[in-house]
Amino acid sequence: MIRRTVAALDQRLGAAHPLKRTLRYVFPDHWTFMLGEIAMYCFVVLVATGIFLTFWYVPSDAKLQYTGSYVPLQGTSMTESFASVMHISFDVPAGLLVRQTHHWAADVFIVAIVLHLVRILLTGAYRKPRELNYWLGVTMLGLAILEGFLGYSLVDDLLSGMGLAIAYAVAMSVPFLGGQLAFLVWNGEFPGSSSLWPRLEILHVFLIPMAIATLLALHLAQIVRQHHTQFPEEGSERVVRGTPAWPGYTFRSLGLFLIVAGVLFLLGGLVQINPIWEWGPYEPYLSTNGAQPDWYVGWLIGALRLMPPLEVVIGDYTVVPNPFWGGALFPAVVFGLLYAWPPLARRLRLDDHREHNLLDRPRDNPKRTALIVAFLVWVFAIFAAGATDRFYFRSFISYEGQVWFFRAFALLVPFLAYFVTKRVCKELRAREEHPLRGWRGTVIERNDQLGFEPARKDSA
Amino acid sequence: MTPGGLFARLVAALGGLGGLRRNRERRQAELHQILPPGKRQFDAVRSEEQGRGREAAPPPELDETGDPRAELYVALLLIAAAVAFVGFVVFYVVSEDTQLLGLSIGIGLVLAGVAAALAGKRVVIQEKTTDEYVAYGDREERREVANHLVEGKVGVTRRKLLFSSLAAVGAALGAAAVVPIASLGPRVGEKVYETPWSAGKRVVDERGEPIALDTLSPGEFITGFPAGESKEEIGSALMIVRLETDELELPADRADSAPGGYVAYSKICTHAGCAVSLFRYPTFDETQPGPALVCPCHYSTFNPADGGKVLFGPAGRPLPQLPLRAGADGSLEAAGGFYEPIGPSYGGIREDPGAKPL
Repeated sequence: MIRRTVAALDQRLGAAHPLKRTLRYVFPDHWTFMLGEIAMYCFVVLVATGIFLTFWYVPSDAKLQYTGSYVPLQGTSMTESFASVMHISFDVPAGLLVRQTHHWAADVFIVAIVLHLVRILLTGAYRKPRELNYWLGVTMLGLAILEGFLGYSLVDDLLSGMGLAIAYAVAMSVPFLGGQLAFLVWNGEFPGSSSLWPRLEILHVFLIPMAIATLLALHLAQIVRQHHTQFPEEGSERVVRGTPAWPGYTFRSLGLFLIVAGVLFLLGGLVQINPIWEWGPYEPYLSTNGAQPDWYVGWLIGALRLMPPLEVVIGDYTVVPNPFWGGALFPAVVFGLLYAWPPLARRLRLDDHREHNLLDRPRDNPKRTALIVAFLVWVFAIFAAGATDRFYFRSFISYEGQVWFFRAFALLVPFLAYFVTKRVCKELRAREEHPLRGWRGTVIERNDQLGFEPARKDSA
Repeated sequence: MTPGGLFARLVAALGGLGGLRRNRERRQAELHQILPPGKRQFDAVRSEEQGRGREAAPPPELDETGDPRAELYVALLLIAAAVAFVGFVVFYVVSEDTQLLGLSIGIGLVLAGVAAALAGKRVVIQEKTTDEYVAYGDREERREVANHLVEGKVGVTRRKLLFSSLAAVGAALGAAAVVPIASLGPRVGEKVYETPWSAGKRVVDERGEPIALDTLSPGEFITGFPAGESKEEIGSALMIVRLETDELELPADRADSAPGGYVAYSKICTHAGCAVSLFRYPTFDETQPGPALVCPCHYSTFNPADGGKVLFGPAGRPLPQLPLRAGADGSLEAAGGFYEPIGPSYGGIREDPGAKPL
């Protein structure tokens, strides 16, 4: 049966050679190599659950009276968008499960991408010849964040409305162009015209997912062409060593996919996320205390909250409205640094111009690791500042005091992180007590001709 | 599935497994007889190594000792996963309960996943193989490509003219392709300044009722709207608070804007456009800061006693105040438009708190 299928495919497509290559493709082993895979499998779950949701979602701001089965909101005036998501949540069998799984998958998707990115940075996997793939990955991270934001904006509940209001203000805040930019996206003044909703929907369900899928395909194609990087314990700069695709790796990766999907469905079924019926529909004059976006927007909320009330005004003209600093400039700097990193690290003499197939351990390049950690800690400190209001309710440390603390913290902690990390790397390297690090030298011994030769196994 | 049926299936599966295990042991014994030990080790990568003339790679390892116990576990996990998936179907039909649905399909997927991973690690043949990293880049071919590209201009005489024309058409086409973006929305302009408020416009609450001067006590607030206008325009909603008249510190030219201690501000934050829906009012003056309007998005804090001045947070402009007066029937109405432009700042917004009501 197998033989006949292979023969049939090979005679028609010449499939035997590529199949042979594919089945024997080598995957080096390390647990951190799973992070990117987890992200990919989350994307698969997102597409599958998203297709189900698309069949129900209505992108419309037409008002109606809610008549679904959630009693507390019956008779409430709301948009068709919100009502359709209420319908999915309460009146479509398994609808809430799929919706919550979709939401959880989005959150885990971006967690996995970020951890994958951190791994790539700390081990130097972005170095030549893999810079192009690194840039594809950073682009996918940006698209994923935008996609997630659009996703929870589509619901048109109170939180999504507040998020869109902030997005509108950030668009408005771009110097000189901002007002017009926001009017083009929203088709007029906030809260925008009816055409906003189909625009958000087509971006969320088609354009951005297609872009991510395309970049993902290129990302994988480049990995296959260049082979995976690996730690020096396994292979060398010339030889990649690991488990072949068939049979070992196929089953393990399939297992990872099923486990990721299973955990996401468990979360979607058991752990409530974004209970839109508690927030209710959005109106521009409504807001709620304790509003927190999905985690991957937290760094922007933190930056917007930390920024002192500074606006650049010349005469009557506000050149730089305040939301620009935290909402536009900050992410532009973060992504700018991420994109610039491979050439920047070469420029700073942290990396060389040679090709690298072997990964560094973070400690092998203390300065580079310390710089990357300082950068990550800086972003994380600002991210943490996005939760100050929640922390206030737990601790009753004054909100204003916390904001002042985080303003100083975000500026100072990167320097501290830099020196601590560098020191730790050097200490670790000096001790060389790493379980993965085998000794790679050769024992030599003097031979009869007064020269040296590798020691025989029995005498070593 | 009935418990009895399940049991029967389990017995059958275990029986089958036992048979498989015996079969496998027999096969391995045969294999060991046929192949000398050294040859057996290299078998897995032999086909790949053939005819490729490559440098010596570390010898691959091949662990082909069977693990019948792992095979049994995999089968049990798969059967358990099947039970969970059947459970999903049953729950879907009988209860539609989100927790049960999520639990059954999630557990099923995780069990199947563990089974697959275990199969990959313990059941199928364990081997490490190698391949070569390919160093891309061929100097000779690069040169050929460049030459081939350069050949494109052979025989072209008026190169400069053609290139300029090409650049012109490229730029023009680019412009023509970009311009339709402007169709996506209206031009920004004075539109942003327009609000439904003007002198004499009645203030109503969310249900459309007028707001009498005794509606609020000092320290209370209410959301106000222009009578007969849309509530959804960002120029509409007001945050109306009542303070003690001696708490007010309004600028001299706004002294008449607060009848009975009622002050009205645009509810849309000048920072990022959220609704400023929090009102802080001290119950014990000695230890608590004064009254404030607070936006829950980024906690911009405005002083309602002093024309909406920024007390804390990122907002760069005061919250725009709307002058109030008592109408003929004693309820609140606007005494004019806002003192400042409403909504989040953008390039071109005017920064002129002293200007006449718009």
